[in-house]
Amino acid sequence: MTVASRDNTVPTLEVRHLRTHFETRAGVLPAVDDVSFTVPRGRILGLVGESGSGKSVTGFSIMGLVDAPGRIVGGEILFQGRELTGMRPAELRQLQGNRIAMIFQDPMMTLNPVMRVDAQMIEAVRAHSAASHKQARELARDTLGMMGIPSPEERLRAYPHQLSGGMRQRVAIAIAMLHRPDLIIADEPTTALDVTIQAQILSEVQKLARQHGTALIWITHDLSVVAGLADEVAVMYAGRIVEQGPVDAVLDHPLHPYTAGLIGSLPSLNKRGQRLRQIPGMTPNLLTMPPGCAFAARCQRVSGACRQAPAITSPDTLRQVRCFHPGQPAVTAEFA
Amino acid sequence: MSAIDNAASTAQADPQALRRESPWRRVAADFFSSRTAVFGLVLLAILVLAAIFAPLVTPQNPYDLMQLDVMDARLAPGAASGTGTYSYWLGTDGQGRDIFSGILYGLRISLTVGVGSALIAGIAGTLLGLLAAYAGGRVDSVIMRTVDLLLSFPSILVAMMILAFLGKGVLNVVLTLVILEWAYYARAARGQALVESRREYVEAARGQGISNWRIVVGHILPNCLPPLIVIGSLQVARAITLEATLSFLGLGVPVTEPSLGLLIANGYQFMLSDEYWISFFPGIALLVTVVAINLVGDRLRDVLNPRLQK
Repeated sequence: MTVASRDNTVPTLEVRHLRTHFETRAGVLPAVDDVSFTVPRGRILGLVGESGSGKSVTGFSIMGLVDAPGRIVGGEILFQGRELTGMRPAELRQLQGNRIAMIFQDPMMTLNPVMRVDAQMIEAVRAHSAASHKQARELARDTLGMMGIPSPEERLRAYPHQLSGGMRQRVAIAIAMLHRPDLIIADEPTTALDVTIQAQILSEVQKLARQHGTALIWITHDLSVVAGLADEVAVMYAGRIVEQGPVDAVLDHPLHPYTAGLIGSLPSLNKRGQRLRQIPGMTPNLLTMPPGCAFAARCQRVSGACRQAPAITSPDTLRQVRCFHPGQPAVTAEFA
Repeated sequence: MSAIDNAASTAQADPQALRRESPWRRVAADFFSSRTAVFGLVLLAILVLAAIFAPLVTPQNPYDLMQLDVMDARLAPGAASGTGTYSYWLGTDGQGRDIFSGILYGLRISLTVGVGSALIAGIAGTLLGLLAAYAGGRVDSVIMRTVDLLLSFPSILVAMMILAFLGKGVLNVVLTLVILEWAYYARAARGQALVESRREYVEAARGQGISNWRIVVGHILPNCLPPLIVIGSLQVARAITLEATLSFLGLGVPVTEPSLGLLIANGYQFMLSDEYWISFFPGIALLVTVVAINLVGDRLRDVLNPRLQK
């Protein structure tokens, strides 16, 4: 571990102007476009957005797992002050799984179906340490126990298909936790689980982040998960962060109309018998993005100014928003 | 721990049950649930055992010239030998060889050639297929165009060309069959590896910082095996018939090591003079062997095909 990681002034992760593009036959697809955020030690960032908003690609970019035709075309990813983009594969592999770990979306798919749980966990341990087979197995068992898995010894001998979904996801999270990483990127890991197991996993993950000082990026489309778990939230739309700030402030007083729309479309906020609210229109096709604000076509506050692309502005020191008309009920009220 | 999870996991708590549930054991259980497949497997086992223990089972070593009696030539099935010590159950050929003994010794050659070539071709083809899938680009193109080229020629023609060049011999036949067959495995292995390498568990393994070599051999290869096993089992049968064809045409194994195909060829000239047994019984043996292998192979295909699994 470097000295820098102990120093609280250097954040665990700093992403600056990250741009990841997919060069497809139909044209260049800017999946992630100018994304910047910081995650300090022991803090949890919720990365929220619809399908295709670029939140998963952001996670994959940090992990160095973007495959052709995708490519990081610009920006910096600083992990404990070290630049990750352009790092040699061998050097990056030292960090992957060891200091930076990822938990994937589908617990059914992330475990190898023909390998027993112990074989997979031992392999993950020994990829980064000189531990003996026996030591590695003990570490695997202890980590499973830490994730609240009953009788971990028997789970170790199981094949993935013999475990329930919740159990499998906890095994996947345990694999991510094996080396007590400094940063975990969780890509919608609880989406496929039922709410009781989801709540349990969330509380365990939160506890682990606090205890070990692990920084966490929780990618999700579920605002209620973010509300309960994260310290900070960043809302992505069409490859860009449109709003960012402390989770309570953003959810209570959303500045960007898209954030407001997301919160408004939560069914729990509706009165009984009332029609469910939704954001009209669809996410734009990234290949044929109109110039100007990407959300303009669906926005109620749209005005002539929105033909230009809005820049990030900070209404106060903690919050950032990418909108010409932040935090206003309607544009007419302002100009009337 | 929540009560929900405990309830869900009690069914899995028995360690005995866990061990029985490995993927391969499930396949085995599925396999044995088919009566025809078990019949094929038993038949195949009998044939293999008979071939292995041929010297103990047969009354005569048909290639030890000292044991042959030319006076016994072309005897009908069931005839007693000249010395009266045993009878020729399936008759004798033109040199007084016991057909039954000849079949078991021939089966040895046929099975060795079939299994040997399928194994070597399987290993070589799988590795080349994985290499093509993993390396991509020019390596992929070169390997796969070679595969296309090989598969676009009729195999019997290519085999005759190679053997005409190499000359007769068991090893040469094996080599020829390997050259002909690796392409099937390579194509299947590449396709399967490309599918598997897109799976999330491979992505997850990469995210754990596990080296590429370990991912290919430890994670991707085991998941590619089921279709390759099916191809292998059916290719053994194909190799045996192809070898029989080549030997029948006089291009395969030498007269000193006759396979079933050569035995059939030996009796061919007597077919029209009512001495049918010299060709007929080796032919039946070949048929039974190939059918037995195909019964096993077909069931393996059903059991291992992910699309047919519930």
